[in-house]
Amino acid sequence: MPFIPHNDIARNAMLEAIGSADIENLFQEIPASLRCGELTKIPPGMTEFEITRLMHKKARTDGQSLCFIGAGAYEHHIPAAVWQLATRGEFYSAYTPYQAEASQGTLQLLYEYQSMITALTGMDVSNASLYDGASALAEALLMAVRANHRSKSRRILIPRSLHPAYRKVAHTITRNQGLDLVEIPFDISGGHTQLESLAAYAGQDITALVIPQPNFFGVLEDVNELTNWANANKALTIAVVNPLALSLLQPPGTWGQTGVDICCGDGQPLGIPMSFGGPYFGFLCARQNLVRQMPGRIVGATCDREGKIGYTLTLQAREQHIRRSKATSNICTNQGLMVTAATIFMATLGNEGLMRMAAACHANTNNLTKRLCSIPGITRVFNRPVFHEQVLRLPLATKPCLKSLAGHGILGGYALEQDYPELENALLVCATELRTEEDLDLYYETLHRIITAQGSATCYQPNF
Amino acid sequence: MDNPRLHIYKFFKTNMSKIPKHLKYTAEHEWIRDDGDGIFCIGITDYAQAQLGDLVFVDLPDVTTIFERGEECAVVESVKSASDVYCPLSGEVVDSNTALENNPEFINQDPYGEGWMFKLKVANLEDDEGELLDPNAYADLVATEAH
Repeated sequence: MPFIPHNDIARNAMLEAIGSADIENLFQEIPASLRCGELTKIPPGMTEFEITRLMHKKARTDGQSLCFIGAGAYEHHIPAAVWQLATRGEFYSAYTPYQAEASQGTLQLLYEYQSMITALTGMDVSNASLYDGASALAEALLMAVRANHRSKSRRILIPRSLHPAYRKVAHTITRNQGLDLVEIPFDISGGHTQLESLAAYAGQDITALVIPQPNFFGVLEDVNELTNWANANKALTIAVVNPLALSLLQPPGTWGQTGVDICCGDGQPLGIPMSFGGPYFGFLCARQNLVRQMPGRIVGATCDREGKIGYTLTLQAREQHIRRSKATSNICTNQGLMVTAATIFMATLGNEGLMRMAAACHANTNNLTKRLCSIPGITRVFNRPVFHEQVLRLPLATKPCLKSLAGHGILGGYALEQDYPELENALLVCATELRTEEDLDLYYETLHRIITAQGSATCYQPNF
Repeated sequence: MDNPRLHIYKFFKTNMSKIPKHLKYTAEHEWIRDDGDGIFCIGITDYAQAQLGDLVFVDLPDVTTIFERGEECAVVESVKSASDVYCPLSGEVVDSNTALENNPEFINQDPYGEGWMFKLKVANLEDDEGELLDPNAYADLVATEAH
């Protein structure tokens, strides 16, 4: 039974009232070329029973691959309690509630989330989350343009070492806002952004500098130097960080002499399954003095008239329902459910758990690097320290190699050539805390075999 | 005037929005004081602050910024609204009332004194002067808006 309240009698009565012969008539003004006609490729409906069987069958063909791909989404252990609690009826909503203050539990959770994220990043304030890391960066760019009164150029320096998808999303979202996004090349031996490549912009009107940590190659940037350079050139600083890495690395709030102005990133590593690319959540933090330029919702703590602690949406005059077209952003919600999971995840692991998880990722990736680099022909592309990803140069093309690995149930990594033509045969690999010694061995052995086989094929010289 | 309540009402009404005689005004509820030497001090009127309610934040223009008349130059924010302040004259900002950063309530308490917002150096007053309202004209405007 379809859940549509109208029947033919009601429909006919309405058509008669407006003087239309049939419903089709109402759509006449849409040109025929724009109409899809019959949806021939949509199969007929299936029963719940049939669809369940179909999906199980399809799921079996996925197999249980060993994942060595990072590149922005990471497979981590998620304690069973996280989603058990997050899917409780009291939390199970994607949104901040409309009558926010009536849902004190939800607001308290968001407040705790903000507190945890500011603790990780070392920043003053956090919003209640955004859609994902890439759109959080786009919001951060727009925020920097609003906040940097001194700068008129709307020019933002973005390292090429930043995630390519983030750069694309930033371009898409800010395209019609008159921003000038300038790409800064990375050092070919270190994989990081060197001060020398910024030198050409010294003394110019620069609105902001984006600093990824770790960058897309897993490489650690000289964040202190970069932050100080931006300060010296009156540019705001925008950190794009992996929140898990922050349990080991210097928090952006303390980078350089002043700390950064804005800090954003993707929250997926904090208890969100990879789920074929989403939903994830973005986080965005700032210095206190920029709080009125922040996008998104912010939960504050206050007390009621009896003096008891209570939580409330605060600083709403920035937002769309009050400031209308002059709002800081058209984001007027948050990723409530994902943030609920992340908050429970952080609370479950605690400081120490997060640190141990991050340290295990780092150690595993170093082990993997050591093992793979012992295969003749495989070398590290960059010589700088990394967090939990590494770029390796293979002695053969990455795409067919990844295909062979997949045939053995191994997702071997991310082929960088598709985004960086200059990084030929370069593979971005990641080994999180979930990869065991046996997993690393299996990857090593399989890749070794593939390369040996390929190598003997290419070395074969026909003897005339 | 025998009715004491009416008397109180009148007293209350005339005091509800003070409109000092020595200032100029705009239809957007800003006041302008001529400080001499081409310097003009600008704030929002008593009527405007009463309409906005308790202010929680004031975003002031940076010194040396140059504005055309009618450009948005500041924002006053109350708990449930934020309003733009439009520059009543063309000129360069030479001073701003930084005390408002921590004490936005000065605008509520003393809109024509401690609640001043910024000072402009105006080069060609003649261009914009005609657009300003004298106290009587502004009082008439408030009277129509208040009804």
